[in-house]
Amino acid sequence: MSSEWPLWEVFIRGQHGLSHRHVGSLHAPDAETALRNARDVYTRRNEGVSIWVVEAAHITASSPSDKGPLFEPSESKVYRHPSFYDIPDDAGAM
Amino acid sequence: MYAQMVKTARSGVKPRDEMTEQERAFQDRVDANEKIEPKDWMPDDYRRTLIRQIGQHAHSEVVGQLPEGNWITRAPTLERKAILLAKVQDEAGHGLYLYSAAETLGVSRDELIELLHQGKMKYSSIFNYPTLTWADVGAIGWLVDGAAIMNQVHLQRTSYGPYARAMVRICKEESFHQRQGYDIMMKMAFGTPEQKAMAQDALNRFWYPSLMMFGPPDQDSVHTAQSMAWKIKVATNDELRQKFVDQTVPQIEYLGLTCPDPDIRLNEETGHFDFTPPDWSEFFAVLKGNGPCNKDRMKARITAWEDGAWVREGMLAHARKKAAATAAAE
Repeated sequence: MSSEWPLWEVFIRGQHGLSHRHVGSLHAPDAETALRNARDVYTRRNEGVSIWVVEAAHITASSPSDKGPLFEPSESKVYRHPSFYDIPDDAGAM
Repeated sequence: MYAQMVKTARSGVKPRDEMTEQERAFQDRVDANEKIEPKDWMPDDYRRTLIRQIGQHAHSEVVGQLPEGNWITRAPTLERKAILLAKVQDEAGHGLYLYSAAETLGVSRDELIELLHQGKMKYSSIFNYPTLTWADVGAIGWLVDGAAIMNQVHLQRTSYGPYARAMVRICKEESFHQRQGYDIMMKMAFGTPEQKAMAQDALNRFWYPSLMMFGPPDQDSVHTAQSMAWKIKVATNDELRQKFVDQTVPQIEYLGLTCPDPDIRLNEETGHFDFTPPDWSEFFAVLKGNGPCNKDRMKARITAWEDGAWVREGMLAHARKKAAATAAAE
């Protein structure tokens, strides 16, 4: 049996109420140790107030070859952005 | 640098008309400054070269803890001890970021460590020099970390996404390392005559080994061209070395110390300092394993790895037992 510890991905929520953000990875035998190691490695300079760890093997990622079908359709939908609409200044702040 | 003489599979850049269509598309992405991500297609040589380069860089961070770790228990004050401890701890983190980046290329950390221990991978030549006095800790932070930053700042723009992101984190932390080193040097250079002599001695011993960190001169660096085309090397060895010298000479003057190179002088025409190159035969000897501390460093790493094996295995066995018990209870 391999004695290599599984890989975990680490997510940290910064000071200002933003979402958790991926910061890196580490190896750990279990979730509890992963959390403790993440604290030691990734929050040594006040980087965060909350940590998530998830075993890398449990992440489902989109494939690079799907980049076109997944993301290109939104390129033509300019009407989804506020700048698409011309509102006269006379209408006031909007 | 922390990665010296990383071999690519060929010397010189592969000409465009010899590339496959896939390779051309890849090179176009690199040229357009797009980041290459782990699951993207990449040439085998790009992958292999990166594994060697990032692996060597990671090994350097970890082995680099040894010369400084030597002084943690002997730091002159509690504050200096806390600072040095924090710095050495950072280096362990840097090793981790880099091993993680290498792992995205399909090699495991344990495999890389195994290759290091078998002597099939290298770490930077600089860490094979001993730290004889406290002033050496200052010189390492100032010169060795300073030289490393020179290179790492450029590598933040490297083409491989995970490597570039690791570099961003490392650069943020590294500047503390250099400043704490210079702070030690100031304290000693402006202290008693004995302290100043120690600072001078440390500078004398670390000057040329620091210049060697950038690797052999460009004319002898056959792998540079392809690595630069792939943007896994962003500046040449000589460019970085010159930049380092230009930055460091005024810092030596500020300390009131003397550069151990008697021929160093500002070239009015180029605006750069002319300097004596290091003894490259020493560099190659150290890289081959014949530096003052190569054997000690490897012995310390292998012992740590082997003595820690029962802990790693025990923790994993415990985790598996717990997971099985939880599954059974559900």
